[in-house]
Amino acid sequence: MDLSAINPVLLVASLMIAATPILLAAIGELVVERAGVLNLGVEGMMIIGAICGFAIAVETGSPLVGFVGAAFAGAALSLLFAFLTQIMLANQVASGLALTLFGLGLSALIGQGYAGQKPPPTPRLDLPVLSDMPVLGQVLFSHDPMVYFAIAMIAATWAVLKYSRVGLILRAVGENHDAAHALGYKVVRIRILAIMFGGACAGLGGAYLSLIRVPQWTEGMTAGAGWIALAIVVFASWKPWRVMLGAYLFGGVTVLQFNLQAAGVSIPVQYLSMAPYVITILVLVIMSSSKSRAALNAPAALGRIFHATH
Amino acid sequence: MLRLEKRPVPSKAWTIATPLLAVLATMVAGGILFAILGKDPVEAIRTIFWDPLFSEQFAAYSRPQLLVKAGPLILIAIGLSFGFRAGIWNIGAEGQYIMGAIAGGAVGLAFYPTAGWYIFPLMVVAGAAGGWAWAMIPAILRTRFNTNEILVSLLLVYVAEHILSAMSFGLLRNPEGHGFPGSRNFKEYDSVSNTELIANSGMHWGVVAAFIAVIFAYVIMTRHILGYQITLAGQSPRAAKFGGVNPNRLIVLCLGASGVLAGLAGVFEVTGPAGQLTTDFNQGYGFTAIIVAFLGRLHPVGILLAGLLMALTYIGGDLAQLMMGLPKPAIQAFQGMLLFFLLALDVLTNFRIRFKKSEAA
Amino acid sequence: MTEKLLTIDGLTKAYPGVVANDKVSFGIDAGEVHALLGENGAGKSTLVKMIYGLVRPDAGNMTLMGNAFSPPEPRVARAAGVAMVFQHFSLFEALTVAENITLGMENPPKHRELSARITKVSHDYGLPLDPERLVGELSAGERQRVEIIRCLLQDPKLLIMDEPTSVLTPQEVEVLFHTLRQLSSEGTAILYISHKLDEIRDICDSATVLRHGVVVDTCNPREKSARELAEMMVGSALHEPLRDAQAFGDVVLELKGLSVPSATQFGTSLKSVNMTVRAGEILGIGGVAGNGQDELLAAMSGETPSADTTVTFDGNGIGTLGPNERRALGILAAPEERLGHAAAPDMSLTENALLTAAFRENLVKNGFVDWASTRTFAKRVIKEFDVRTPGTRTAARALSGGNLQKFVIGREVLQTPRVLVVNQPTWGVDASAAAQIRQSLMDLAASGAAVVVISQDLDELMEVSDNFCALNEGHLTRPHPAKGLTVEEIGLMLGGMEEQEAANA
Repeated sequence: MDLSAINPVLLVASLMIAATPILLAAIGELVVERAGVLNLGVEGMMIIGAICGFAIAVETGSPLVGFVGAAFAGAALSLLFAFLTQIMLANQVASGLALTLFGLGLSALIGQGYAGQKPPPTPRLDLPVLSDMPVLGQVLFSHDPMVYFAIAMIAATWAVLKYSRVGLILRAVGENHDAAHALGYKVVRIRILAIMFGGACAGLGGAYLSLIRVPQWTEGMTAGAGWIALAIVVFASWKPWRVMLGAYLFGGVTVLQFNLQAAGVSIPVQYLSMAPYVITILVLVIMSSSKSRAALNAPAALGRIFHATH
Repeated sequence: MLRLEKRPVPSKAWTIATPLLAVLATMVAGGILFAILGKDPVEAIRTIFWDPLFSEQFAAYSRPQLLVKAGPLILIAIGLSFGFRAGIWNIGAEGQYIMGAIAGGAVGLAFYPTAGWYIFPLMVVAGAAGGWAWAMIPAILRTRFNTNEILVSLLLVYVAEHILSAMSFGLLRNPEGHGFPGSRNFKEYDSVSNTELIANSGMHWGVVAAFIAVIFAYVIMTRHILGYQITLAGQSPRAAKFGGVNPNRLIVLCLGASGVLAGLAGVFEVTGPAGQLTTDFNQGYGFTAIIVAFLGRLHPVGILLAGLLMALTYIGGDLAQLMMGLPKPAIQAFQGMLLFFLLALDVLTNFRIRFKKSEAA
Repeated sequence: MTEKLLTIDGLTKAYPGVVANDKVSFGIDAGEVHALLGENGAGKSTLVKMIYGLVRPDAGNMTLMGNAFSPPEPRVARAAGVAMVFQHFSLFEALTVAENITLGMENPPKHRELSARITKVSHDYGLPLDPERLVGELSAGERQRVEIIRCLLQDPKLLIMDEPTSVLTPQEVEVLFHTLRQLSSEGTAILYISHKLDEIRDICDSATVLRHGVVVDTCNPREKSARELAEMMVGSALHEPLRDAQAFGDVVLELKGLSVPSATQFGTSLKSVNMTVRAGEILGIGGVAGNGQDELLAAMSGETPSADTTVTFDGNGIGTLGPNERRALGILAAPEERLGHAAAPDMSLTENALLTAAFRENLVKNGFVDWASTRTFAKRVIKEFDVRTPGTRTAARALSGGNLQKFVIGREVLQTPRVLVVNQPTWGVDASAAAQIRQSLMDLAASGAAVVVISQDLDELMEVSDNFCALNEGHLTRPHPAKGLTVEEIGLMLGGMEEQEAANA
């Protein structure tokens, strides 16, 4: 084994890529959960985003159109969940699972003709000066635009939740839907919009996998990324910047594990590949066992069904 | 405008009617899906739901398959139903099912080529223990550290899949398999083979276990205090605590029961219909069982019927693939749709739908 | 005659199976404090929800300042100058005072400006508040201030207050009344909902009495006696429970230095609580909501275990025992929250009978439930406590509050407890059922059981208790004989003053 083959500059650069799909999906789910809704269908929305983004990009030749299409596809699928849980008052856990199972099946169906194809390449940013800086340029400033878009989403979500009235109303709905309703806020409408935002973000995350990170289409290619995004929201105790921290930590583990495989570490590949899942579980355990206020930060109405009685 | 009005008492009639309606709605929506795929919807539905049972050409082969596929689905779903009723969401049954198969399979392979009546029972015990142990991870993390069991049990599925892959490429690989991944074939090892008990019925030990589980679950749910406590904890956790129910004990019990049953399903599957441990012997039964559990209203008899129906969609789907070129994933989407319709129509059980003039909502 | 501020004419609202309001009409002048009086279920809440735009009437009109008024949603009502302080606060615990207030305003000013206005208005009306504190950390009285300030910042013409004093100590009530009088003198009309007759006679200029959704009378409450008002409300002569003087037996249940940390983020911890209750005694525990009542009941029922010797029964430490083990000894309890705690809402009455009676009534044999005996027991509870229900198969949530409470209390009383702990036994229960429940508690004590009644209703406690203690932020005061306690003394106990005086002495 030759650990010196691992290049730290490349490692950091590639962990940003590895983290981006999860970052996108997790920030969307964070907004959904802050509105008091638990959508376990992230995996399903991601994979639908992955195939729709891929197919649209291949057909149109434009990755940008692919990403937009993926966001719409994710949001459209999430509308099914919104209908079940907000209109028909179905159990959120079961509905989220249904969304994942259905999404996996539907994506495989749509993706029939696309296996083995190559998507149109997404150009990387080439910023004068910045991208040419030694080390930093390669680590931070020569990625594709989606990496920066994801970070911008984190910043925007943070600012909106903290400073804007829309953010305050969203938090209020997630905290106590009955009180929000009594004040005249449209709980169901706000939640449906949040769910659609979550769906669009998950769709983007999925498309990032199939268009940039991998880049090709294979059945079930999300391989649990949606579930890890859900775990990261808990890890982040529902705070946007900590979602970014969590996603990058996860990205680091994933990339390191690939590097170790490539360096020929004498552990069977399968055990290295399970590392991200095991570490996610460990992090979840640590986060949930600490009785700090951060751990109690969960929106009070999370997962509860709202039914206006008058 | 449409308004929902909570019923004073959940409707018994709708409890039974909604799954049937959901199946009908899925047939219609599925038919539309198949039509979009360019297949004749009526023929597709007939091929899936009718031909496996009644067509002269295929029934002889398909009918036994019904029990073969329903066995593990029912077994796993019965286990899940305990937890789901109690509000404990074990959605990683697939992982427990895989680990049961590995543990049971490993015991059998360890004895190879010894012959003995005791080997198969030992394997069954090991399979149950493997599934149980895997389910204990989320159970203990939940009771000791308050970690969300949904995420842990699900993430453990991916870990189990990687272990399965490691096993079929490594430790448990058939030394005479010319380097192909996968274990020895259990069917060629008489002491451990889980063969058909009645010729051409599809009945193997796993199906027997499933039927026993149904009866056992029925008695527990309707007559035993444990069944009462499970339902109570799911409906009203605070009242359950007041009634002296220990929530941690219930978590360990429910996850344990579903782990044992999923592990059993794994060992029966791998020694019987699958025949060997391979990277993809599992067929996703652990996930489909979630649909079976809901479709069966978490009721043992309902699960029995739902398991048979879901098995039918598997067999019918294969047949439609063979006869009409219907893509395999179409059936998976079809099964997911069924759960959607069920959840949506479920509202009728607890609410009345009223049509009213505009009202401030 | 000057034009009324708000005129209500023939408002009618029907729900399936019940007419909540039937052609209700009355009027309110500017600056008037108008009482809306009625029992639980008389239709007061529905009526004000219609004024506030939460519910739309089936028929009838309202006129506000000469204009037709039919708010489709609260926003419109607020814009027209109607504000409302709810009985169950519609506040967000994890948000700050300022954020809570912003949410209730149509055109909120910038954060800094709003904070300054909150501080100013709250001082002007004698209700000081820190805009940056989390609402979850405030007491019930302070939370009510948040609601009131939220309303006042919008210069309401009409302020609706739904049972505002139920969460206040007598001293806090005085502060509130002072604020209300100040508002009324400035021309704000107040619609004051209550069933506490003394209060209404104290502060209201006129009163509309509702019974079963119909206006029975409109009068000047100061010209009527409390008894006359009560009989108008109930529609029949009141039956007052009677209690014979009792000799007490030995100490049955004792708490010694019991401290329990709060289970939830915004809960109350119990701090070194000492308490004894003897056979035949009724111990009343008063306190404003959220001062540790739930926690105290849970510590006695066994839901929250504690160190072995902090809870003793007949002199033996039982702190570590769970609810069913304590039931076996004869310690039974009826928590405040009927649906979801004392009873499972979606389960039938038979199943709910099993909830606490499983072992003491021998309803479970070898782990198997004897459903026939359980049904028989449930039928006994229904019969002996006059629970109005179609049968034992009915789900708990289908029962009215009073009937379910009778079932819950009956279920415990019929198991012949040696100790019964009840929290808010008659909250939201109509007067006749409440009288019946109180009588059954007194009969139980007369038969030799020790009874602990935790309640926020001081009248009730004075009526049933032999001894009285108060809970304040998790501290329990020493017991005082209930006879002869003045409102002043009770107020000091509730406010935690007694302990401080003792400390200073």
